[in-house]
Amino acid sequence: MIEIDTVSKQFTLHNQGGAVIPVMQGASLNVASGECVALTGSSGAGKSTLMRMIYGNYLAASGRIMVGGVDVARAEPREILALRRETLGYVSQFLRVVPRVPTIEVVAEPLLALGRQREEAMDRARDLLARLNIPERLWSLSPTTFSGGEQQRVNIARGFAHAYPALLLDEPTASLDAANRETVLCLIDEAKARGAAIVGIFHDEEARAHVCDREIDVSAFTPKAA
Amino acid sequence: MSTTPLLQVRDITHYYGARIGCRDVSFDLYPGEVMGIVGESGSGKSTLLGCLAGQLAPDAGEVLFDTRSDGLRDTLKMSEPERRMLSRTDWAFVHQQARDGLRMGVSAGGNVGERLMAVGARHYGDIRDQAVDWLGRVEIPADRVDDRPTAFSGGMQQRLQIARNLVTGPRLVFMDEPTGGLDVSVQARLLDLLRGLVREMGLSAIIVTHDLAVVRLLADRLMVMKDGHVVETGLTDQVLDDPQHGYTQLLVSSVLQV
Repeated sequence: MIEIDTVSKQFTLHNQGGAVIPVMQGASLNVASGECVALTGSSGAGKSTLMRMIYGNYLAASGRIMVGGVDVARAEPREILALRRETLGYVSQFLRVVPRVPTIEVVAEPLLALGRQREEAMDRARDLLARLNIPERLWSLSPTTFSGGEQQRVNIARGFAHAYPALLLDEPTASLDAANRETVLCLIDEAKARGAAIVGIFHDEEARAHVCDREIDVSAFTPKAA
Repeated sequence: MSTTPLLQVRDITHYYGARIGCRDVSFDLYPGEVMGIVGESGSGKSTLLGCLAGQLAPDAGEVLFDTRSDGLRDTLKMSEPERRMLSRTDWAFVHQQARDGLRMGVSAGGNVGERLMAVGARHYGDIRDQAVDWLGRVEIPADRVDDRPTAFSGGMQQRLQIARNLVTGPRLVFMDEPTGGLDVSVQARLLDLLRGLVREMGLSAIIVTHDLAVVRLLADRLMVMKDGHVVETGLTDQVLDDPQHGYTQLLVSSVLQV
């Protein structure tokens, strides 16, 4: 489902003397449907960078990033948008929403964007918010004023609203209490069971051991200092 | 996914005397896509928008639009009445200053109804019903329908302008700094409204702004202009999070963090 082949990445800082910082070289990995792969490596090794490249958020300098038959490294913006709508989900560490939009709409939006019936989308959103213990009285409020942990759970609910065939998870269990952490692990298991290919970053070792089938140390893709 | 672009822009160039307004700008816009054009004052973004919307005559280039009636047409080669008809039916233009897009001496309902009459609506009751419906969609209370825009706040005027522009069901909307000059809270409300309308009506839009937060929330794609040239294009979040051109990097890093 996700096939990454010899991908490299560098940042060129034009306003800081044109400094070129190579951050990744020869990154290759495959993730099959129903499989969850953890990216590991010390802070700064490039876990998030690799994940952002898979999502099309960072531009790869070379190589191929195939997700559901689309080469993200080369695709047109509209192809990537369609891929993100239908195939590739991403739970980032931070919730970014339009101010004033109620929580329930934020969660239902990925389904509405796919043209699903409003009632069906709302039912799914209510179900996820309840499972993630967001009190019902908060559903009609914008999540911008919620606590960090609540925002993270809204973010997760939104990320799992649609049954994406491929899913990227950046620290999905960070800042969650035991019960909510359990729910998130359960959601990940369910996604695997229905055949989703998952790439995740988990600092929580126990969670990683529970849901991940394999680990890939991205330090192996760090360019050697010349 | 639709394969025919709604709008195809080819090598649009406009000079102000010897100075460049914008030069060699080309892009395709597909149905349902929202494109943002960013750049500082004088970068040529408003000049480009004016050329695309038929308000300025470019010195070179083509603007091909997939019209409902006759398929692909070069709008720059259309006769003036043809282009005016297009700008009342398939196109809409939301100005930065609401008063540039509204008739200030006519009631709110009249402002919306006038557009319907311009495309042939004649039944007073229907026109009024539709006007009230649209005022509701842009969150203007029904009891304000007979008030003139001069009695409205800036944010309400801007929402009225949007209602006036969208009532005829356009397919392409040009917006010039649609949230410029409004309070942040009013901006948020307007952005939410625009996002909803874009999704429900399947609109394509081109939004010119210098506000990167606005394009992050509204635009699928981004075009960055400097000195009349396009220096970078791409997916909005990619351009903002991993800018490739030095100017874009400067622009993104200059935004104050809140």
